[in-house]
Amino acid sequence: MSEFHLLTLLTVLPFVGAVTALGAGKHARGVALITTLTSLALVLVVWTEWSRLPVVGGYGLIEQYKWVPALGIEYHLGVDGLGALMLLLSAIVTLMSVDAARRVHHQPGLYFALVLVLEAGLFGSFTALNFFHWFLFWELCLIPAFFLIKLWGGARRGPAATQFFVYTMAGSVALLVAFLAVFVSTGSMDFPHLTLLASTGELEQAITSHLGPVTIWLTIGVLAGFAIKVPMIPFHTWLPSAYAEAPSPVTMLLTGAMSKMGIYGLLRIALPLFGPQIAQMRTPLLVLAVATVVMGAWAAAAQKDLKRIFAYSSVNHLGYCLLAIFALAIPAAGTAAQTSQAMALNGVILQMFNHGLTAAAIFWFIAILQQRTGGHRGIDQFGGLRKPAPVLAGLMGIALFSSLGLPGLNGFPGEFLIFRSVLPLAWVAATVSILGLLVTAAVILTVIQKVFTGPVPEHCINFPDLHGGERLALAPVIGLMLLVGLLPQLIVESVNPTVMYLLAHWRF
Amino acid sequence: MLAWAIYLSFAGALAEALLPKGKAALSRWLALVVAVAGLALTVQGFIAGIGQGRVVIVSLPWVPSMGIRFLLAADGISRVLVLLTGLAAVAGVLFSWNIELRTNEFFAFFLALIGGVYGVFLSADLFLLFVFYEIAIVPKYFLIAIWGSTRREYAAMKLALYSFTGSAMVLIGLLAAYSTAGSHSTGLVELAHANLPVSFQMWCFPLVFTGFAILAGMWPFHTWAPTGHVAAPTAASMLLAGVVMKLGAYGCLRVGMALFPRGLDPWGFSFVGIGSWRDVFALLAVIGILYGALVALAQSDFKFVIGYSSVSHMGFVLLGLMTLNQIGVTGAVMQMFSHGIIAGLLFAIVGRIVYDRTHTRQLAELESMHLSKRLPFAAVAFVIAGLASIGMPGFSGFWAEIQVLIGAWMVKPWWTLAPGVGIVVGVAYTWRALQKAFFGDALPSTHELEQEHGHELAAITWPEVTGVVMLAGVSLAVGLWPRILLDSIEPAVKALLAGGGQ
Repeated sequence: MSEFHLLTLLTVLPFVGAVTALGAGKHARGVALITTLTSLALVLVVWTEWSRLPVVGGYGLIEQYKWVPALGIEYHLGVDGLGALMLLLSAIVTLMSVDAARRVHHQPGLYFALVLVLEAGLFGSFTALNFFHWFLFWELCLIPAFFLIKLWGGARRGPAATQFFVYTMAGSVALLVAFLAVFVSTGSMDFPHLTLLASTGELEQAITSHLGPVTIWLTIGVLAGFAIKVPMIPFHTWLPSAYAEAPSPVTMLLTGAMSKMGIYGLLRIALPLFGPQIAQMRTPLLVLAVATVVMGAWAAAAQKDLKRIFAYSSVNHLGYCLLAIFALAIPAAGTAAQTSQAMALNGVILQMFNHGLTAAAIFWFIAILQQRTGGHRGIDQFGGLRKPAPVLAGLMGIALFSSLGLPGLNGFPGEFLIFRSVLPLAWVAATVSILGLLVTAAVILTVIQKVFTGPVPEHCINFPDLHGGERLALAPVIGLMLLVGLLPQLIVESVNPTVMYLLAHWRF
Repeated sequence: MLAWAIYLSFAGALAEALLPKGKAALSRWLALVVAVAGLALTVQGFIAGIGQGRVVIVSLPWVPSMGIRFLLAADGISRVLVLLTGLAAVAGVLFSWNIELRTNEFFAFFLALIGGVYGVFLSADLFLLFVFYEIAIVPKYFLIAIWGSTRREYAAMKLALYSFTGSAMVLIGLLAAYSTAGSHSTGLVELAHANLPVSFQMWCFPLVFTGFAILAGMWPFHTWAPTGHVAAPTAASMLLAGVVMKLGAYGCLRVGMALFPRGLDPWGFSFVGIGSWRDVFALLAVIGILYGALVALAQSDFKFVIGYSSVSHMGFVLLGLMTLNQIGVTGAVMQMFSHGIIAGLLFAIVGRIVYDRTHTRQLAELESMHLSKRLPFAAVAFVIAGLASIGMPGFSGFWAEIQVLIGAWMVKPWWTLAPGVGIVVGVAYTWRALQKAFFGDALPSTHELEQEHGHELAAITWPEVTGVVMLAGVSLAVGLWPRILLDSIEPAVKALLAGGGQ
């Protein structure tokens, strides 16, 4: 039992910031910056507190109170290595997003209030250990995201926002209905407790005895909810228009942090509770994951709009996570396979963090390009920027190469671990997915070539380079990319105990 | 004390009727005072009743030769619904503040309706319950026929005819039950313990249940609801969707299911999976959920969207009742309360806040009015009400719907899957209406801009703000702390399911 209610404090803080920002008018961005910086500091405190705890890899900083006992609902919070890393990512990405949103002229108070509510939703969903509590925050994230797209988005924002909202809600309802069946069978909504039940096989027995042989359908319902959020092909159709129409700082949040909620859900709910069923469906799921990797990359190659290119590229990058998650779902693994499973899970978690960081950075650079050219974002509308803006070209180049997976940058270790471990676990899937790597490389090199080299178009001749403030804001992000790229063990060492703990409690 | 809510409302109605014409302000304040006093009584009764079971409030002989008594009693279900009525009454008065036509008569009918509703929820005698039930129908007719809008005579007549048909079915069933039981008492408890023959219950249950369910908007007898809701003046729509539909659902539970529990038993044969009246009504409820939602998605009139959404949401109540388990029936009662609050809020926004200013309810016309900028309060209020209506966690509707879904899971999986689809469609129609009515993207032409500046919309008034804050606050409070209601509903449902109960 945490004495300071650190996690509650962390979740409440952005709400307070949101209310303040709402009333702060022109100074809303300042309020948001202070709030997100404080949140980041608090998350670091959470990290250190958690790593000092005696439980190796398990949940720490637990807060648990009764809420609605008849429905098994509790106020139950806690973090493990996975949760703590996601908190860190959310705090960083929100801070970046607030920093990037330098020109919100229209109702800045409301804009930053919504961003902060979204941050609170992320914190809440990454710390919740009870289904209801988690679902509350999962849904809460949707509302600010919808309005941020709807009110500050591009020309076709209306349909994009609605499609995003209705799609995700459909996934949520599938998830809810499936989870209610779990509750009906077990009388519990508590993640750790249900994980324990599932690891002994009692969960499936309980479901079968209460409701008949529906476990596989429940699994599909839960997977559908997360597959839409990530997204996995063929549930991805809401994504390109939402990412493209959202203002770029909001896209940073969508891709950097919100898409991770889907992967997190797979790791926190789907795999622990429905391991055997996922193992049973492993082949079709792997096919979908490979399709996500390959088709995401191909679709990115066909785009002309920078935001759409990186929207599809996000689909591709999260596809690697899906690939590893489904590949590691094998029953009765031998020692060699167990090593691969651990490696795969480490890879997934690293990839979540690194993709969040890199994608957010790339959309930040796109926001900068848009600001300087009056909203251009077509790949053919730029050229030769490395002459007028060498610093921008250099820093953005680092982010792009990180996305490509260049060794030494943060994009590499996650993808390396994933491919290294998926090869022995599911070699066909891994081999086909390499195609995705190649196409992504081609896409990113094309972007670099078209934007930074060649003749400079007229409207880019006086393209201003990054000014001092922007350099100051971007430097830590690029520094972090290099740091994680060169010393991935910084993350792996803190996450690995949790990986071992999780794998020990999962049953396929 | 709770009985005074009934007397007070009828006394208020009488006073309003006797008020000299032309004293609009006086009659408004009088109505508000009466409604607030009623709410205070119901809150007091609700709080005092926590932890108590069924309490008899008044018991006087009325027609001794037939065993009819003036018997009022309250259990946890009654207390929750009476509280809802108190809230709906206050909100209704607040959103009728701008009624100028025959103000005192309007409030007289309004308070008479409220009195009748209080009466139904508190009656413990079958005959008395029926009397109050009929009393509630009459003022409804006049409220729509005199103060209504779109096709008001048609809508009022349709509603009255449907209501009376339902009442007739109920009456036949009740008389049959009374004579079959031969107990010389019309008390609900006595009749429930009368051990009516199973074969009798088998035909009497569907008759009485359907009779009440007509008023609850059960498909395919729902068609009075959308037309009635749309034609009614705002306060009457709020009451119609908020509490009158609950009368029907309450009758289904308190009379239909409690008196004829064996009527839900299997028939002994089954046809395409339908093997009892329970299956039949569950199927109708599920169809209502889906049908109401899909039709709401296709409406061009803002108020019709809300009207059909009521049919969809009431389907959850009927489905919850048919689960016959603790959690599902609790969810049904919770949904009665929650939908009462949320539907009231939605109708208030559409009818009072938007329509009275824009004089159009066509979504296509509202789309070009930029209401999110010109009426930001209405836009925010509708966003909150819409979130509550789609069952967003943190609002009361979520608890109601998940409990119904949990209860349904325990019976048959498809009872859960179809409503799940209904919820998704619910998100779609609510968000479609929200976008079109408030966040239309169409850019204004210069001509339109000039016109807009020429016709500033009237400012939002204090009664509107108070009403919205009250209703939204209640939904949110229940959403965050559902035990406020659950602690009251759960024991009562348990007693009721245990066998005619009480």
